[in-house]
Order: sequence, then C-alpha cells, then structure tokens
Amino acid sequence: MTNHWIDVKNADVVLVMGSNAAENHPISFRWVQKAKDERGAKLIVVDPRFTKSAALADLYAPLRPGSDLAFLGGIVNYALENDRIQKEYVLEYTNASYLVNPDFRFNDGLFSGYNAATKSYDTKSWTYQLDDKGIPKQDRTLKDPNCVFQLLKKHYSRYTPEKVELSTGCPRETFLKVAELFTSTHKPDKVATIMYAMGTTQHTVGTQNVRIYAVLQLLMGNMGLAGGGINALRGESNVQGSTDAGLLWHILPGYIPSPVAKAHPNLEAYLKATTPKTNDPRSINWWSNRPKYLISMLKAWFGDAATKENDFCYDWLPKAHKPVPYITLFEDMYAGQLKGAFYMGTNPIVGGPNANRTARGMENLDWLVAVDLWETDSSIFWKRPGANPARIKTEVFLLPAAASFEKEGSVSNSGRWAQWRYKAQNPPGVAKSDLDMLDMIYRELKALYQKEGGRFADPILKLVWNYTEPGEHEASPHLVAKEINGYDYKTKKLMKSFMDLKDDGSTACGDWIYAGSYTEKGNMMARRGAKDASNKIGMFPEWSWCWPLNRRIIYNRAAVNRKGEPWDKNRWVVKWTGSAWKGDIVDGGPAAGPDAKNPFIMNAEGVGKLFSRDLVDGPFPEHYEPMETPVANIFSSQRMNPAAKALDSLKGDFGDAGRFPYIGTSYRVVEHWQAGAMTRNLPWLAELVPDMFCEISPTLAKAKGIKNGDRVRIFNSRGSIGAYALVTERVQPLKVQGKMVEMIGMIWHFGHGCGVSGDSCNQLTPSIGDANTNIPEFKAFLVDIRKEA
Amino acid sequence: MSITRRDFLRLSGVTAAGAFFGGVSFLSGCKSAPDKLQGTRESTTICPYCGVGCGLIVSTRNGKIVNIEGDPDHPINQGSLCSKGSALFQISDNPRRLSKVQYRKPYGTEWEEISWEQAVKMIARRVKDTRDATFIENENGVTVNRCAGIASLGGAALDNEECYALSKFARMLGITYLEHQARI
Repeated sequence: MTNHWIDVKNADVVLVMGSNAAENHPISFRWVQKAKDERGAKLIVVDPRFTKSAALADLYAPLRPGSDLAFLGGIVNYALENDRIQKEYVLEYTNASYLVNPDFRFNDGLFSGYNAATKSYDTKSWTYQLDDKGIPKQDRTLKDPNCVFQLLKKHYSRYTPEKVELSTGCPRETFLKVAELFTSTHKPDKVATIMYAMGTTQHTVGTQNVRIYAVLQLLMGNMGLAGGGINALRGESNVQGSTDAGLLWHILPGYIPSPVAKAHPNLEAYLKATTPKTNDPRSINWWSNRPKYLISMLKAWFGDAATKENDFCYDWLPKAHKPVPYITLFEDMYAGQLKGAFYMGTNPIVGGPNANRTARGMENLDWLVAVDLWETDSSIFWKRPGANPARIKTEVFLLPAAASFEKEGSVSNSGRWAQWRYKAQNPPGVAKSDLDMLDMIYRELKALYQKEGGRFADPILKLVWNYTEPGEHEASPHLVAKEINGYDYKTKKLMKSFMDLKDDGSTACGDWIYAGSYTEKGNMMARRGAKDASNKIGMFPEWSWCWPLNRRIIYNRAAVNRKGEPWDKNRWVVKWTGSAWKGDIVDGGPAAGPDAKNPFIMNAEGVGKLFSRDLVDGPFPEHYEPMETPVANIFSSQRMNPAAKALDSLKGDFGDAGRFPYIGTSYRVVEHWQAGAMTRNLPWLAELVPDMFCEISPTLAKAKGIKNGDRVRIFNSRGSIGAYALVTERVQPLKVQGKMVEMIGMIWHFGHGCGVSGDSCNQLTPSIGDANTNIPEFKAFLVDIRKEA
Repeated sequence: MSITRRDFLRLSGVTAAGAFFGGVSFLSGCKSAPDKLQGTRESTTICPYCGVGCGLIVSTRNGKIVNIEGDPDHPINQGSLCSKGSALFQISDNPRRLSKVQYRKPYGTEWEEISWEQAVKMIARRVKDTRDATFIENENGVTVNRCAGIASLGGAALDNEECYALSKFARMLGITYLEHQARI
C-alpha cells in the first residue's frame, strides 16, 4: 500500500476492483464504511461476481474475468476526452510533457521493437528525446504529437464506451456511471483510493492491470494524498515482510535486484547496470543510493570477510542462470533437476497452479523438509488419493512449528507497519520457532563443513550468524531485528536511519528499508502510542513503526503543489512552511523544498510515469485476452499478451473454448484462509464451510440440469474436481460480443489433508504467468461442468 | 484501581514486553469482568491471517492460553475481529497441532517419530551432500556460486526476523530457486 488501512477513511471515492475486501480483509471495511458515513464517500465495486463488497457498494459494475484493462482503459479515455484530469498535477508531477523518441510506434496490439521469435521487446525506442544536457525534452503545452500526453490520448482513444461494453460485458450505461464517479476526483480537493488484490494481479496482464491504476491515479492527482494512492491488500499477515526480505528469486532484501549471471558478472558491472542515473537537477533519484544498501547488506552477512579488495564478497551471492519464478521452479522439479526442498509454512499442492502436476513433480525430490503447525496437503503428498507410497522415493521431514503467539517477532501489514508480537505460551510438545530450526540446521551444517570441507565452503564458514544471547540456547529475534536495522560496523551502535549508510564497508545493514525499526532507543516496532500526528488524518505515527523511516504515506511530496501548499487543506499530509516540512516524514529528505525537487523519488525522472520503459510488455497498458478465453480480442489481432510466454514443456497443457466453454475463476471466503491448513483444522471454521463448492448462475444451472446443492464435476485438460453447486444470482452471464458468457466461480481453500478436505480448485488452473512477474493466471481460465450421477 | 488495562498496555509497550498480570479485566465498555479472565497474564499479538494486521489480546493462566480477543486499543481494528481472527484461540488448543518431529523414509507408508538431534543431523547431511553434488562455481567464465539442486519455498507466514534469516541462509547455500506466496 502507498497509504495504509486507516487512511481509507479519508477518501471521497473508494474503488474496490480485483479484490473482495469485505470478505477477505473484513476489518478494512470499517474504514470504507467510515468514509461513507462521515465523508459521504462513494464506494464503487467492479467484479465479475456480486460479492460481499458489492453488496455494500453505491455503484456495482460487473465485468468478464480477464477484461480489466478494457474497462480501465475506457476510464482513461473518458478522463482525457472529457478533460477530467488534475492539470496542474499532471503537468508538474508526471511525464505528460516529456517528448518520446520519434521511432516509438504502436500498431495493431504491438509496440515498436517486438521480436516474434523470442516473444519479447527491444525497448530502445521506448525512450525520451534528450536535450544537450541529457535531460528529457518537454512540451509544457502538451500539444507536441510525440509528447507522452498526446501519445496517451491517442492510445486510449480506441477504448470507447462501445468497445468497453463489447469486451467486458458491462452495460455501457453502468460503465459510464463508474467513469463519471471515479473521475469526479480529478478536482484538486477530491480524492479516490484504489483497493486491489489478486483479482488484479493473477492474469497474464497482471502487472499492466496495476500500472493502469497508477496512470489513472496520476491523471486524477490522487497519489501521495490522504485518502488516495494505490493500495495492494496483502492476503497473508506477513507477505509484505517476506517480500521485503527478498524471499523471491529476483530480489535481495530491500528490493535490491538479485545478481544474474549474464548481466552482472562482477560488482562493478552489477552496480553500473542497477544504479539509475539522471542529469535532471530536480530528480532526487533515490536508487542512486543502491550501492550503499547492497554493500551494507554484504557487510551484515559476511562481516570481516567482506572487504573493499574482494568486492565485499559480491561473488559469494548466487547468480541465477535464468529467471526461476514459481512456475519454472516446479517445472524444473517435475523434470528432476531439483533434489531437495524446504517448505517453510507453505502448501503448494493447494496454493499453486496445475496442482496435479505439482504433486507428480514432488515425487522426483530425494528429500523434503516441511515446516508447519500441522500436516498439510503438501507434506503428505506421498499418501495423497491415487498415489502409491511404496513407489515414491522422497524422504520427508515434517518439523513442528510454533504458532504466531508462541514466539516473539514482528510482522509487516499491507500498510508497511511492522508490529511486534509476544510469546504467550510454549508451543506444543517439542515444536520450535522457524528461527530456532534455521539456527540449529545452520550450526550443524557449519560443523560439517568445518570437519569435512566441501564445495565453496567460505560463505558457510564465514557467515555472520550470532543470534544466540550468551547463556541462552535459543536464537533471539531481537538480535536478528538489530542486524536487519543495521549498525555502525566499528562501534556496533544501531543505525538511526538509512540516510547514514555507506558504501565503504563502515556500516552493516541487513535490510535498508527497515533501518530505524530497532535503534538505540529501543524496539520501535513494539510501540503502542495512541496519539495522532498534527495533521489528524489517522496516521498514528507512534503506533508500531512503518518503513521507510516511519513514513505513513509514501510519495507524500505529491500531496502539495509547487509552493508546498496541500491540495486539500482539510486533510493535509505534509506542508512546507517556507523552511521546513510539517506532518508526515517527507519523502526524499527534509532539506529540499517542494519546488526544488520532484516528488516521485524512486523514478530516475522524479515524476510519475504515464509512459514507462520499466515493464517488458509495453509502455502503455494494453488489453489482451487471457491465455484461455472464450472470446476474441476486439482491440487488436494480438489475442493474448505477446510478451507472456508458456514454458515449452507446458505447451500442450492449455484448452480452448470448443472443448471447455466456461470461464473458471478462483476466490476465497471469509471463513477460510489461503490453502486452508490454518482454517480447515479449526472446528469452528470447518463447520461453517465444510466442503468444496462452486458458484454458478441460474441460467447455467438450468442449461446443465443442475440444482442448488447438487454434486457437480468441473474439468479441463489439467484436472477434474468434485464440488457442491451453489446456484446463485450473484453470478450472472454477461453478453460479450453477441453471446452470453457464463462463469464458474470456485473457492481454492480445499485439498486432501487437514481436518476437513475436498478437491483443490488449483487442479484446474493453468501454469502460465504474467509477462513481468510470472504470477499465474488463476483468475481466468476455461473449464466445463456436469452434474455428477 | 487507578490505572486501566488500556493505560497499562500503553505504558508498558516498549519496556515490559507488553505483558502484565491483570487482576481485573477491563474490556472496552464492559463493566462486569468475565470470570474466565480473573488472574490471567495478558500480552498482545497481531493476527496471523490476512494483511490488515489487527491487534489481539492473549490471556494465559498457568502458562496456557485461555482466551484471545480483539485489542480495543489497536488503531486499525479497535477491538473488532473477523471470523478467522475470532477463531484464533482454536490454534492454541488444537489436537491436530504437530508436537513431534516426524520422518517418512523413502517408499515409507507412514510417519515415524524422531528426535530433533536426529532430524537436524540428517537434514544437514542431506543439504551438504546435495549442495556439494550440484554446486556450480563457474559458468561460461562467470563466477556464479550456485547450488542447483535445492529449492526453498514459503515465508509469508513467518516473522520478519525469520524471513530475513531464511533469505540469508538460502543465499549462503547458493540457492536461487527461492520463492514464496508473493508469487502466487
């Protein structure tokens, strides 16, 4: 979230799209309701189903799964055609006026530089025209045909209300009401927030679905303001923190890119490739600090061994030979390339796509270490229905873990608040915290390497890993938290902020964005101060601690005009007194005033990008159909995202509407959580929703002879599952390109382990991911259904 | 009593690890103290389910959790909880929880119980053997120091300190097959 949960109360319009927050983040709706009750805010819900969130909406718009970009592109067009944009903000704080390389083209769904053989773009034409100082040229009148504003206008002129209806199935009048209401926040003192979740990201165009939110919020002038921003609702209590910690193949802690073999052979090449440069004196270009953060992390990891002479042990970091996101990881497991695996509180047989294939792939592991509170569907894959344990070689260690209230440590919520938790009781039997387990395994492994030697033992032998207080046996989360926060290498004094980090080895810091979370003053994450800040907008700056630097709303320099006056005086975030900033911790350091520097400090331009070179599939978000779709793409002859690739080994794995005519989509219910182990094992919750079900419309039910409560079979080329049918008017067919398109909605919490079991929806979902992130397309795929005899 | 529970938690936040002995329970706007909370020790926690980060108060008696409910002082949830947060108590007292280290041998048909000492020795041995057998120091003239045969998955249910330790542990081994729930 750029903002945070409580801040939703400051909005005039709340757009809930690609999320069902009332069901899946129920307490967030306290703040939506507060905005409605106290400000008269309007709630818009755009969703294929009439959800619990929709039931509370002032305006509900249905759309076909996988048509988000057609809908949102239509709103961009509406805003530009009707001059409903915040002009001063757009001119000052976005790249609208920047001139683009005249070689840039867009033609029939393809941007310039496309290579059909590699399904990828050469982005050299997606650049700016530069002046002789190397600064992007601008046309402040926004009239030059090559300026971003004109290119944007041209691109989205194709997204007419007629086309929106034809592609999404949302009636034109409903769409226009949404466009009108959302763009009512283009006025400087009106603000909309966007609350999204996996309904937005789990598509082959998932990243562009998010990017178009940014385009819209920049056009409305809603970024950086109280009640505004783009707010990703995280589904797990610490999926924010686990991402911050770099538990993904492509990032190290603090969003520092992982080195890869080809582009980053040594530290010099790495820093050159990953440290952005700018010649614009108005750009703060925060990532120019990246060398300090990487080198301080290497110092925290490798200590005395990390010296200037050996590039601070840069070579000790592993370099990937290719991108290895989730889908690729499991394909490589299926191909037998992986021998061992750790599953730390995760249940991929239920949670990942193409679950039958995942389960078969796991049989190729020699060993699996699963850490959990319970048996999960994945840790008992060797005795799943249909498997013969006597033919499965995998050794499995199932280690009993402590629950959240049986150990100490912090978790980071969606609003980036790191909150400390305490130990209330001992875990059952011999169960231990994950930290203790890692500590024990590390120490045993180090002893083995000391005794026997082995391949490249240095990082293991010289790792800084002293997490046990003198006289104690168990690892201390406080010691880890202090290392994450960072310290002066010589004096060991804890860092106050990342502003003091250096690239010369004199500072150590495990994760720069958490610098300031655990200082000489104590554990800031444990704070319980109930006082609000001087701006009285619900930031509660003394409650816990949030990254970065306890800044509660990021990009907050955009909350004021160039004079430093808040766009709305009644809910100001920061303001400039002429010599100092008041309110929230201002972005980019307090020294520079509002006119001296641009607000979007993480971009080299310093301004928000309506046109961006950062994504692999285009500088403007463009609608493409899902990999599996029952309809045509009416916007171009490119049926699906031309930069989204299926792995060669999976090419025969997809179906078409001839065989599987209905759109399948997956979602959750309030009674269960994720892959289900944390709720299917609890009697109260298991009793509330005891089995797998799907939702279908009365029209589909009639056509298929299915009654409410019947057992049905849902199937495609990847799998076949049983479920109870819930026939409901909450699901309605939509008229798309002249035909009625039906949808089958499925919850994905079930599997064959745990207290209550049922078939896993993810047996049906496809192993194809978004072009940028590779997040699987769980939200739109094809299936068929029949009544079970 | 001159100090309410709310005040006490507020004051004790940083220094006293947020836990104290409460003689009487002062629930928000609720005057009659439920008997079940008499003489309990209380501490705060954050809900382990979704990413909203609601606060809860955990009450223990003789080292065992007897009650978990919403924290009225928490600025986000102000005491309220959803169906899952309200059911958190059932994780603390649940016969399905694992209390032993379990091992399934190759081609085995059931779990066997082993000790931590055995498990840690066996796991370290397998990690070392697999790492040593699949390690790649150099590829096409580039130092890559990669362990090609081991993957690590998960982390969204772990604490920040555990996530960081896992990230560091995995990279130390040379693991690049490192993924978790954020990708799905």
